[in-house]
Amino acid sequence: MMFAFDLLLALALLLSGLRTLTTPRLDRGIVLFIAFGLLLALAWARLSGPDIGLAEAAIGAGLAGALLLDAYGVLQRSKDLHSKGVAFKRLIVIALGTAFTIVLSEALLDPLPAAIDLRVPVAAHLEESGVSHPVTAVLLNYRGYDTLLEIAVLLLALLAILAVVGETRIASPSRAHPVLQALARLATPSIIVMAVYLLWAGAFRPGGAFQAAALLAAAAVLLHLVGLLPGWSTPRLRLRLGLVAGFAVFLTVAAALLRQGALLKYPPEAAGGLILLIESALTLSLALILAGLFLILSRDEDAS
Amino acid sequence: MTGGLLFALAGVVLFALGVAGVVLIDNLLRRILAFNLMGSGAFLVLVGLAQRDGVPDPVPQAMVLTGIVVAVAATALALALARKLHALTGRLELPEDADD
Repeated sequence: MMFAFDLLLALALLLSGLRTLTTPRLDRGIVLFIAFGLLLALAWARLSGPDIGLAEAAIGAGLAGALLLDAYGVLQRSKDLHSKGVAFKRLIVIALGTAFTIVLSEALLDPLPAAIDLRVPVAAHLEESGVSHPVTAVLLNYRGYDTLLEIAVLLLALLAILAVVGETRIASPSRAHPVLQALARLATPSIIVMAVYLLWAGAFRPGGAFQAAALLAAAAVLLHLVGLLPGWSTPRLRLRLGLVAGFAVFLTVAAALLRQGALLKYPPEAAGGLILLIESALTLSLALILAGLFLILSRDEDAS
Repeated sequence: MTGGLLFALAGVVLFALGVAGVVLIDNLLRRILAFNLMGSGAFLVLVGLAQRDGVPDPVPQAMVLTGIVVAVAATALALALARKLHALTGRLELPEDADD
């Protein structure tokens, strides 16, 4: 029974993915992409990855969808699906793509035993990692440097966007309907409470800095869309401090622990507290960065 | 066949679909969509394949969680570049190569 559901879900994923690219109107393509993201969140839930499901629904479907729709609103004057690729080229690409799919699928169906099974060591060292949720332990302890580099990459992406967009005058936020504004005002406090809960829960159940930050960023986007939060121009000092706080705190902890002999090797008795400290700073910075992706890009909407 | 393997296979098809879209479609917004499909396909292969025997593996899950956040940052950067291109040239396609 559950397998039938999985099969339907996989087919729905493929169909919505295909239609995202082939539907004639671009706005429908974007909406289909958002639907695709929500279906993917369901697939993550079926794959026992509620952490990824939460992030996918909030970031992959929500924030990316908002960014794409906003860009579509600005760029809609251009024409669409005007694929002047020669039929010959199309044929070659489709043939190669099909061959690739068949070869890789056969490789997947031929089950080689995994050379390394990381599930055992992850479970064995969970005790000394400072948290009891394995995904958080991997993110913030075992492979902490991945997360350290990730926040650096995000900061870099935001800087690159600021450099590309440059100085523009800030359009005064368009006033939305008062009911929408009241709704956003009501929703924001509960979103903040939920984000804090997710951050705290990350230590022992699905949740954590990423999901909490995604929620906070969603609240900022919501407030911007109803005209209560203006778009960002050049960040001022306080905003800059907030943007780099996660990276700075993470880096400071990493540098302070270097004496232990390895990068980000927490002493087991202090691991829980250190992870909570890093996660709190990460939540703040990630939320500001994710919100910034939208607020910086959408600020010149009316100017064009 | 387990659910993990099924979603890994769906991921393979999605990745191929995304590559074909990136190569064949000229409109940059569509290309960004196709690029996101590629990413989602790769994520599905990573997580699905790791638990083909039905037991979840937290390591690829954490990697994919990181990947989703980086993918949205890359999408935003790509959109910023596309908007700049549109503002400068009024087009949403890349210029053709001279020898194409």
